[in-house]
Amino acid sequence: MPEVLVFATLNGLVTGLLLFMLASGLTVIFSMMGVLNFAHASFYMLGAYFAYSISLYFGYWIGLIVAPLIVGVLGALVERYGLRRVHQHGHVAELVFTFGLAFLIEETVQFFWGADTKNYQTPELLNFPLFTLFGQEFSAYRGFMLAISIGIFIGLYQVLTRSRVGLIIQAAITHPHMVANLGHNVPLIFTAVFGVGTALAGLAGVIAGPVLTTFPGMALVLGSIVFVIVVIGGLGSLPGALIASLLIGLLQSYAIAANVGMPELLELLGLEFPPSHPLDDLWTLDLAQIAPTLPFLLLVLVLIFRPAGLMGKREQ
Amino acid sequence: MGEVVMLEVNDLNAWYGKSHVLQGVTFQVAEGEIVSLLGRNGVGRSTTVKTIMGEVEPQGSILFKGEQIAGRKSYEIARRGLGYVPENREVFPTLTVRQNLLLGMKSTTPSGRWSIEEVFAMFPLLAERADVPGGALSGGEQQLLSMCRTLMGDPDMVMIDEPTEGLAPKIVEQVGNLLTEIAGRGVSILLVEQKLNIAMRISKRLYIMGHGQVVWEGTPESLNEAGDVRAEWLEV
Repeated sequence: MPEVLVFATLNGLVTGLLLFMLASGLTVIFSMMGVLNFAHASFYMLGAYFAYSISLYFGYWIGLIVAPLIVGVLGALVERYGLRRVHQHGHVAELVFTFGLAFLIEETVQFFWGADTKNYQTPELLNFPLFTLFGQEFSAYRGFMLAISIGIFIGLYQVLTRSRVGLIIQAAITHPHMVANLGHNVPLIFTAVFGVGTALAGLAGVIAGPVLTTFPGMALVLGSIVFVIVVIGGLGSLPGALIASLLIGLLQSYAIAANVGMPELLELLGLEFPPSHPLDDLWTLDLAQIAPTLPFLLLVLVLIFRPAGLMGKREQ
Repeated sequence: MGEVVMLEVNDLNAWYGKSHVLQGVTFQVAEGEIVSLLGRNGVGRSTTVKTIMGEVEPQGSILFKGEQIAGRKSYEIARRGLGYVPENREVFPTLTVRQNLLLGMKSTTPSGRWSIEEVFAMFPLLAERADVPGGALSGGEQQLLSMCRTLMGDPDMVMIDEPTEGLAPKIVEQVGNLLTEIAGRGVSILLVEQKLNIAMRISKRLYIMGHGQVVWEGTPESLNEAGDVRAEWLEV
């Protein structure tokens, strides 16, 4: 039992922090620009694909550095020449634009890389167990993912709270006009934030690609969960996004590790269905099978009991 | 006026949707001069400064230090040396007093007529609360912070919208002293006010707005004598 708990916690942290890498960019972009970027997870996918192609010629490590930079530049160009022009037509136009962009990126990926799963591998250097506990191995690559995610979180936190640029971003989130009136180039800050946000999504794709598989549907798989995180955490709240990411990462990980069937769970609630009951299929499920639905269940609960999200503030 | 003109607004027009809010506003502010823009609520005083600052699309001419700034972006106008303190103060609520002041600076290296230490020396109230979030300050403290934050950018002219609105008499006095100090350092001031007392006390010249236009121009002394003007355009 302790080994299940330890490994489920470690895997939950890896997933949670990876989700935060995506959700942080999405929530900061939303805070500053009021845009819920539907294409955000597509940049995550682009990161994985660019890194895969680069790794074929120059190895994994060059891809790790170059792919997020390419994705960041692409993101900045999308903001500067796409979103900024659409912005004058309102938020609905922006939503439609990012929605269309997500489709465009998915089709482009399929056009250039094909519809099959890519053989994007973890680097040789990290192909060993980091440690063995209770006879179970924890791979060095997962440790690397954890380290990168924690490093990004600390770096992001330091930049946002300690640097002048971070202060300008914090101020521009609530008072963009006033920040501009003090002589700061707010449109440039928006472009930079969008670029960094998409670069972080790209980085998440680079490090997740070899583990979660690199295929054209990867944006769709993670994209919906990232939106759930941003809503659960509270739209625009970075601490909320962190809490929600870890919550969902751990919840899914524990659910998979628990190895508990629905009969046991329902028994706890005093419910029992006969085999011929219409809900018989539900009866035979185990917790690991319903783990992917847990974020959405959590979303429903949060929307019912705390519609503004865990750390969000309801607009007056 | 005779002095060097700092701000020259000519035939300025602006619209909110189909509503023609500014209908040919014309006035000037000279170097180091305190000028007040008076008038009742809704006559276009705040819109005038917002339009000068680039927040509302202008039609007409706005010359600042001889350069046309009409149509420029707010940050470009601010970088040319025109400061703006809005009516609702817009203190950054999650940032501390010190951080608010730091963001007023246009670069990381302190330069110009004002420093954080000096601001803290002038207003010990702000010094005591240097590490308190701006949102936790009283209205008066926020007003002082908002003005000092703009000064940190070392503007050659500041436009201040209703700085004494809703403040206690003691803070109004401090605001008045700060305005005099600003002008004493050679910074021009365009003061937007509804109340007459502070404007009459510190201004060199006054403009009165009505129906989106400047309807009267003169000195505090001449306005004192013009009871009919006060009755028609200012008194409620």
